[in-house]
Amino acid sequence: MIGLVVRRLFQLVLLLLGISFLVFMSMFIAPGDPATIIGGPTASNSDLEAIRVDLGLDRPVLVQYFDYLGGILQGDFGYSYQTGQSVTEAILTRFPNTIKLASASMAVAIIIGIIAGMIAAIKQNSWIDISSTTFSLAGVSIPNFWLGTMLILIFAVNLQWLPVGGLNSSIFTFQGVVELILPAITLGTASAALIARMSRSAMLEVIKSDYIRTAKAKGVKRWSLIWIHALRNAMIPVVTVIGINFGALLGGTIITEQVFAINGIGRLMIDAIAARDFPVVQGTVLLVAAIFVIVNLIVDIIYALIDPRITYN
Amino acid sequence: MPSNLALNGKNATSRKQESNLVKTFKRLLKNKLAVFGLFIIAILIIIAVFAPLLVSQGPFEQNLSETELGVGEQGHLLGTDNYGRDMWSRLIYGARISLVVGLSSVILGLIGGLILGLLGGYYKKLDGIIMRIVDLLFAFPGILLAMLIIAMLGTSLVNVIIAISIWSIPGCARIVRGSALSIKKQEYILAMKSLGASDARIILKHILPNCTAPIIVFATMRMGTAILSTSALSFLGLGAQPPTPEWGAMIAAGQDFMWSAPHMSVIPGVAIMLTIFAFNVVGDGLRDALDPNMELDG
Repeated sequence: MIGLVVRRLFQLVLLLLGISFLVFMSMFIAPGDPATIIGGPTASNSDLEAIRVDLGLDRPVLVQYFDYLGGILQGDFGYSYQTGQSVTEAILTRFPNTIKLASASMAVAIIIGIIAGMIAAIKQNSWIDISSTTFSLAGVSIPNFWLGTMLILIFAVNLQWLPVGGLNSSIFTFQGVVELILPAITLGTASAALIARMSRSAMLEVIKSDYIRTAKAKGVKRWSLIWIHALRNAMIPVVTVIGINFGALLGGTIITEQVFAINGIGRLMIDAIAARDFPVVQGTVLLVAAIFVIVNLIVDIIYALIDPRITYN
Repeated sequence: MPSNLALNGKNATSRKQESNLVKTFKRLLKNKLAVFGLFIIAILIIIAVFAPLLVSQGPFEQNLSETELGVGEQGHLLGTDNYGRDMWSRLIYGARISLVVGLSSVILGLIGGLILGLLGGYYKKLDGIIMRIVDLLFAFPGILLAMLIIAMLGTSLVNVIIAISIWSIPGCARIVRGSALSIKKQEYILAMKSLGASDARIILKHILPNCTAPIIVFATMRMGTAILSTSALSFLGLGAQPPTPEWGAMIAAGQDFMWSAPHMSVIPGVAIMLTIFAFNVVGDGLRDALDPNMELDG
């Protein structure tokens, strides 16, 4: 187990290095001169040259990369071309909103997904099963930006029960929870659908297995048979799906933030892409990718913990 | 994606003479959802091809005296938008864009993925480096890789195609490599080698055809993802720019008219949803139909 963690941590470091290099290089080869973006159209050639020297853009690319990497290790992601604000600061002020949105959506997805999938499996071919299966088929096909728009149309514009957007109150207040409802449903639906689908098929497979039949024959109560004996084994593939889905969820945060005008990392990134503000694009993309690979590592470890058969040799 | 989807020789010979293609298609037709999906895709293709014949007003044609008409009003089947442009016309020209962007990005992604996957699966020396590249590309969750590429190239529909193609490469490469690895170990490949067949011949004539089953499933599913991502990127303002009648861009434009003309954002969304649904169920159906060991469970 410890060997697995150490090996995976080593791989993680290499992967993070690779990601940082790829992100840095893609912005480096991108057309468009940063000096022109900062200096504006009226800047003279000598001004542009001064900006380049000032930013260190006149140095060899590898030197620039290692300089950037060194900065990151000290928590310095550079400065925005547009506003001159520190990228670290810009990220830190917006990060809580993204985390709030992602975790609320994941919670929605896991709770609805597992419960819907389990009930569908236990009551196979009942109307509950059919409606749950239909939900999981429809759920993965609905574009989340459209679902969000429709939820706003129904619950904010027509019924006026919930706010149109924004995420400004603390999560511990009533208003804070109310603001999160629509965004969390928007982002969580597709993942809930996938989790429901996986839970259903995993549970069906486990219920049919020999050890469950034996337990039943020994007179284990139905409740403990399903929620204690079967659940643990059925959860193994579900945990993987949750892990894989976390990536889609992170990607979805970027879109959902835009729909609900939530001031998070995603909006920061999209504004930066549109303005070709490379340091901000680098910082935000790097952060999201890093979170993703770290979460994947954690999922792998959890996976090995629930299933002692897995050794990753 | 399991690598055992490839049709292996044993199954092919133990069955009757009917070709695999026909059998697969027959199995697919037994799946009602997949047939429904195929039906939607067929309609999409027809309206995309015959778009000019199906509209009375061009998708860009404005009529400022007929703005924000509701569904069915004044001869406009799906109403009009804030510039008085016919929604039906924009919707079916949007189908053209979605299918063309989806298809071209999937094809480009498949070419890249096939090359990397076949080389990695066949040549052990290349495998390490290719799979590290694939791992690296996989480290960008969801649409993020496409966004990074757009950030690099700038916002346009052509760049969306490039971005989604590159984003499709790692998934395809991993599937192809898996199939190639398992086929490479089979005895008939060894026999081919000892008969003096060249690497190119073995890869193209024997390994590639055996990868088709998982590739078809991947490509179908990927069409859905590609179309969805195109509209997501356009919705965010990073893809098709107004006045292009792209579905995602249409939803974004409709957001400002949610009070007065909600159909502007409702209708394109329904179109995207049906399209993604169709490709998903056909992909699912194909996966079941192409795997002879699996039973259809409805």
